[in-house]
Order: sequence, then C-alpha cells, then structure tokens
Amino acid sequence: MGPVDYIPRIRDNYARLGYKAYGWVVNRDDAPWTPLRKPLSQCRIGLAASGGIYVTGQVAFHHKDDTSLREIPTDVDTKDLRATHFAYDLSDARTDPNVVFPIDALRRLAREGFIGGLASRFHTFMGGIYSSRRVSEELAPRLTERFVEDGVDAVLLVPV
Amino acid sequence: MTSALDITRAVNPPRAAFLDFPLGHTAGKPNDPELQRRILVEALSSFETMTAPGSVTELPFRWSEDESWKDKAFAEGDDRKPRYDTPQYQDEEDRRRAEGGGSPACPVCRP
Repeated sequence: MGPVDYIPRIRDNYARLGYKAYGWVVNRDDAPWTPLRKPLSQCRIGLAASGGIYVTGQVAFHHKDDTSLREIPTDVDTKDLRATHFAYDLSDARTDPNVVFPIDALRRLAREGFIGGLASRFHTFMGGIYSSRRVSEELAPRLTERFVEDGVDAVLLVPV
Repeated sequence: MTSALDITRAVNPPRAAFLDFPLGHTAGKPNDPELQRRILVEALSSFETMTAPGSVTELPFRWSEDESWKDKAFAEGDDRKPRYDTPQYQDEEDRRRAEGGGSPACPVCRP
C-alpha cells in the first residue's frame, strides 16, 4: 500500500464535517539548496521539532496558534521531557518522547562519532499553527537566528 | 523528516526523509532505541547522499506487516482536542513546577 494521501483525506473529512477548507502550503518555486560542506562525522547537528515537547518546569505550550519556542538543553534527562498537542495521539510520545524528538539517538550517534557533535541546545515548538504567515514571519526567522547562534552545520527538522 | 509525504512534497523543502509510520512517530517507535538509531542513521545519511534540491528519500522501514493503520488515519470524524489559549500541561505537577518558577534541574526553564 502506498503512503497515506493526507491532503485529500483531510479535505474530504473536513468537508463532511462542514468545516472550511484548509489552505495547505504549496511552494512552487525550486527548493533552496546549500550543499553539506564537510562529512557528517565533522558536522555539528541541531534539532527542531514541532511535537509540543517541553521540559518539566517550563511553561507548556498552548494549543491556539502558539508560535513560541522552547530551548531544550542537549544534556537534558529524557525522563524530564513532556509532550502536549491538540492534534495527534500523544500516548506514544508521552511513553517515549524520542518518537517525535529523537534526542537519545542523536546523543548516541554523536558518542559513536557518526556525527561530529550536537548543538548545546535543541528547539521545540507547537505544531498545528493554522496561520502559515505567522509561521514564516514569526517562528521561522527566530528559529533561524537560533541555529546561527548555535553554530550548527545542519539541522534535523522533525514535524509531527 | 516526515511521515506525511504529500504534505511535505507540497511544502517542497530542500531535503526530506520519509518514514511511512502513523503520525506521531516521525522518528520511530516508542521504547525501541535500536530502531530509532537505525532510522536516524538513514535519515542523516541523506545529508551526504542527496545532491538535488527537493529530493525525498523513502526510509526502508515499515510500521507493521499489515498496513491497516492507513485506513484509519484521518478517515472520519474529528478527534482533535479544543485549542485552548492557556498552557496545556502534561500533568498538574508540571504546572506547579512552572508556576513555582521552574525547577533547579532546568536552568533554561522559562517561557
């Protein structure tokens, strides 16, 4: 069986429920491209994830177009991570946040030398922001600033 | 990384690694660190192997032999929770810690 076609499926489902059609982001321009300039084993890797991950003690995300970011120390204890979201089934993310925030695998690959190292912090936010304008004008530029501050060579983006 | 191939193709990022798993598992299955590691190795390797903008690589993993999970994904109804505009904590202890000014174990605990 092929991949799930989410766009038509969600469109049809919302139409049946009487909701307004959702305006999916469609970028028709060529994707920008920056080649990797050195081997992965020499690259410092960053991580940004949209699954609503925060550290206990931080203010949790809210569920209505929350464009704020949380800074997750790369040496955080995995058991202090929490997940909040309105639009996906959280049971597995709350059992093991690595399913949407692969911090343990990244730390292991850094120890093994598969990647050169990790940023000192990772970044999380809340997905399901219904305004793509607010994502591109508010959230994305702040994320980019942080990646530059972090001195990363490449960033793994993990949406839900 | 992505588990929603058509949404990602519409967004057209420079590079993507597609994992054909149910939403909420973009980086693997819970409590399976070996699988999570293998998925990350394949996904990160794309940084070195992809040479063209807009490339999408399909990662060689299956959620299950039986793909019945695909029939249920967004097929009907609306099981999303209400979109409250106040912090939605995983549990009340998290709320107490956050409202009490964070936790000593977390030096960056702030909004």
